Amino acid sequence: MTSPKLLEVRNLRVEFPTRRGTLVAVDDVSLDIAAGEVLGVVGESGAGKSMTGAAIIGLLEPPGRIAAGEIRLEGRRIDNLPYNEMRKIRGRQIGAIFQDPLTSLNPLYKVGDQLIETILTHLPLTQAQARDRAVKLLEDVGIPSASERINHYPHQFSGGMRQRVVIALALAAEPKLIIADEPTTALDVSIQAQIITLLKRLCREHGTAVMLVTHDMGVIAETADRVAVMYAGRIAEIGPVQDVIKRPHHPYTIGLMGAIPTMTHKVERLTQIDGSMPRLNAIPKGCAFNPRCPKAFDRCYRDRPDPMPAGNSLAACWLVEEKAHV
Amino acid sequence: MVQAVLVMLAVAFIAFTMFNFVGDPVAIMAGQDLPAEQRVELRKTLGLDDPTPVRFARFVANAAQGQFGLSYRTTEPVGRMILDRLPATLELSLIAVLVALVIGIPMGVFSGLYPHHWISRAMMTVSLIGISLPTFLIGILLILIFAVMLGWLPSFGRGDTVKIGFWTTGFLTVSGWKAIILPSITLGLFQMTLIMRLVRSEMLEVLRTDYIKFARARGLTNRAVHFGHALKNTLVPVITITGLQLGSIIAFAIITETVFSWPGVGLLFLQSVQAVDIPVMAAYLVLIGLLFVLINLIVDVLYFVVDPRLRSQGAKAGAK
Amino acid sequence: MMLPFARVVEFWRQTTDSDLFWSFKRSKLVMVSAVITVLFFIMAFGAPYLAPHNPFDLASLELSDAFKPPAWEEGGEMKYLLGTDDQGRDLLSTIMYGSRISLVVGFLSVIFAMVLGIGLGLIAGYVGGPVDGLIMRIADVQLSFPAILIALLVDGVSRGILGEARHSDIAEAVLVVAIGLSYWVQYARTVRGSVLVEKNKEYVQAARVIGLPGPLIALRHVLPNVMGPVLVIATINLALAIITEATLSFLGVGLPPTEPSLGTLIRIGNDFLFSGEWWITIFPGVVLAALVLSVNLLGDWLRDALNPKLR
Repeated sequence: MTSPKLLEVRNLRVEFPTRRGTLVAVDDVSLDIAAGEVLGVVGESGAGKSMTGAAIIGLLEPPGRIAAGEIRLEGRRIDNLPYNEMRKIRGRQIGAIFQDPLTSLNPLYKVGDQLIETILTHLPLTQAQARDRAVKLLEDVGIPSASERINHYPHQFSGGMRQRVVIALALAAEPKLIIADEPTTALDVSIQAQIITLLKRLCREHGTAVMLVTHDMGVIAETADRVAVMYAGRIAEIGPVQDVIKRPHHPYTIGLMGAIPTMTHKVERLTQIDGSMPRLNAIPKGCAFNPRCPKAFDRCYRDRPDPMPAGNSLAACWLVEEKAHV
Repeated sequence: MVQAVLVMLAVAFIAFTMFNFVGDPVAIMAGQDLPAEQRVELRKTLGLDDPTPVRFARFVANAAQGQFGLSYRTTEPVGRMILDRLPATLELSLIAVLVALVIGIPMGVFSGLYPHHWISRAMMTVSLIGISLPTFLIGILLILIFAVMLGWLPSFGRGDTVKIGFWTTGFLTVSGWKAIILPSITLGLFQMTLIMRLVRSEMLEVLRTDYIKFARARGLTNRAVHFGHALKNTLVPVITITGLQLGSIIAFAIITETVFSWPGVGLLFLQSVQAVDIPVMAAYLVLIGLLFVLINLIVDVLYFVVDPRLRSQGAKAGAK
Repeated sequence: MMLPFARVVEFWRQTTDSDLFWSFKRSKLVMVSAVITVLFFIMAFGAPYLAPHNPFDLASLELSDAFKPPAWEEGGEMKYLLGTDDQGRDLLSTIMYGSRISLVVGFLSVIFAMVLGIGLGLIAGYVGGPVDGLIMRIADVQLSFPAILIALLVDGVSRGILGEARHSDIAEAVLVVAIGLSYWVQYARTVRGSVLVEKNKEYVQAARVIGLPGPLIALRHVLPNVMGPVLVIATINLALAIITEATLSFLGVGLPPTEPSLGTLIRIGNDFLFSGEWWITIFPGVVLAALVLSVNLLGDWLRDALNPKLR
């Protein structure tokens, strides 16, 4: 990791005050993304991965809030910016793609108008220039006869085509980072691969970094440079994608890898992790994974582990320390 | 359209049934001491002796031409009576709707955007009071303050009116404008609170949608997000409710017209209910039914304009 | 087997722990409106014992006492705290009796509408087909006509059928029917929707296989599910029914002056507004507004508390 850091997240903590006490949705999360790098973030639903993404672009839904930590974009702190300052960063520096393309586009506006609106908000162009750019963007994301389609409404596009439009919108002002929150989950399986390939190609061409939030390890393995595995609001393991997949350190990651079918290894049967992730209001003392961990020992019930070096990765597990001592 | 015809038929049927089976109009009109011959004469004039099918056919045919026979109470033609008074009610309702929309929508937008702002809370509380206060009470309070105590505005009637063709308008005179202020506020206040609350809850709903989140994520300005994207999407339900409420504004005009002695169809209807003047009641019912159907058609057309999804569906249906 | 006392404690604990109670405690406004509502009930139904005068006892009325202003105004007497009306009736007592009539008519018409609506909703949902179509079509058409108009029509028609004299004798019953008929639609829609959902669930199918009669199943299983929404509709409709009754009485087609509800009192007072006797209108008006407002607040709170989605 010698390339300059584009995004640095340090000790991020996101809280949701509820009437039954405060829920910690993201707990002490630190991660970096270098320019042009693809960071995959995996975890079960509720693990805090989408929440981390929302915190980075400053769109946590109230009452959720950043309680501690800091977020820096190219060294500049962005987590405490006034609304309007942050707004200028959104779309221009950090783009976003959400899960459901069917609901991401305003049904009452033509896709062209939504594109032009975004372009004009961030770039000093004339209406006509913005329009040309919009057509170009639609062509880039593989929408046939773009100059005609630009006048269509979202409901006239299929799901996959709409997600292409969403990607075009996210790239409209050439952001340096895109936060893609489960960009393919709502799509047909046959289309998922196309969209991922498209996203990968475009980001490579534009040099855009991506934080790819998903629960699909397959997508990560194919796309990401590095991967962060999240569990119950914390990072369980983070490292280069090949290391995490081939030599996972955290028992949770090991379990996760056991659940992926592969072509190269002959596996008798896919394993699964017993139990389910604790609810945010009932996270156990010590390591959050301890109730499900096959290798848990007494310290795991007592202290909460922070990510510590394990090979090329970081893993939040006391076993790593044990091994290091041995 | 089928629905519209069905509604009109149902309304006509109810009106006709009322006509036929309720009360003895002769007794009501003439009292007990009318001689028998005159009684028969009157029955003939009113056409009450014909067999039911004939009367039914005549009712529908006449209703289609806007003729509902003679009023039991005044023996004037009902169609005329209603036509004479319709402009007063329509002008009142128009101003009331404008008041409701022009004040209600901005208030709703504000309290939807800033639900925790103290102004929003104040508006919600006031709107709850607005919903809780019966219309007639609001009218009385306004009269007490602005007519009795301050003496600024008239408390009854339309002021001076100008006749243009069959239409009498109060919009061309100062006293006409002065006279319409209190009644239109009274009539519009309830709708205003309703529209405000509706816009607010729709706004809150829309602001939670993905496309608003995505619009924010694209860095659009607040103004574009709120007034471009959110407001337009709240318009569809607002149009529906406003449309439906138009019908009820005309009905609520009954109360307002009574409080302010406004010479419209509502007051006429009320007098007819008290006097069991069935032809006027029936005609009023048909009129309201007609307005309801017309308003529904207009609302459908507006949908079409606002929502492109319906437009392409309509085109498809048209192609078939 | 729990001891009775332990059961009570358990019940209390469950109640105080429930979301409903939590949101109740949280809102001072709701507590205040609950207190006001309860006070109204005491005032209205205790009127014969609490009221300083009996306004219906014609013997005690003296016309010389007419138009007395409230006690604190010049010419007022302590005997008539809020003043008197045009017939010399004590306004405070008349208001107490009047709110009793308003509440009774309100409650009865809500119950009437509820029974009618639930019944028709069950039938529509359970029988389905053309019956359902007919009932729901009627509901659609009626919903587009304002309740007050329907109530006026029912009132006018009944006046025509019954004749003026008999109409005033049973004015209260006519009002209940007229208001009830204008507010049944919401119940019917709610219940029908719920029946349609429940009808296809397995336990209903199973019950049918065992041979339990269909309508009974619908009633037993559907009713508990819709009680929440029905209660909310009923509370909000109570406020509406009270307003409707007051409006009809104000328009002069509701209760006669011999049996004055709050609306009738306001109507009476309205004639004297310009001659300076403001209290005959204003006091019943304030009472009416307070009553409706507190019932509305309770309804609002109940709706939010029972519908977590809106919270």
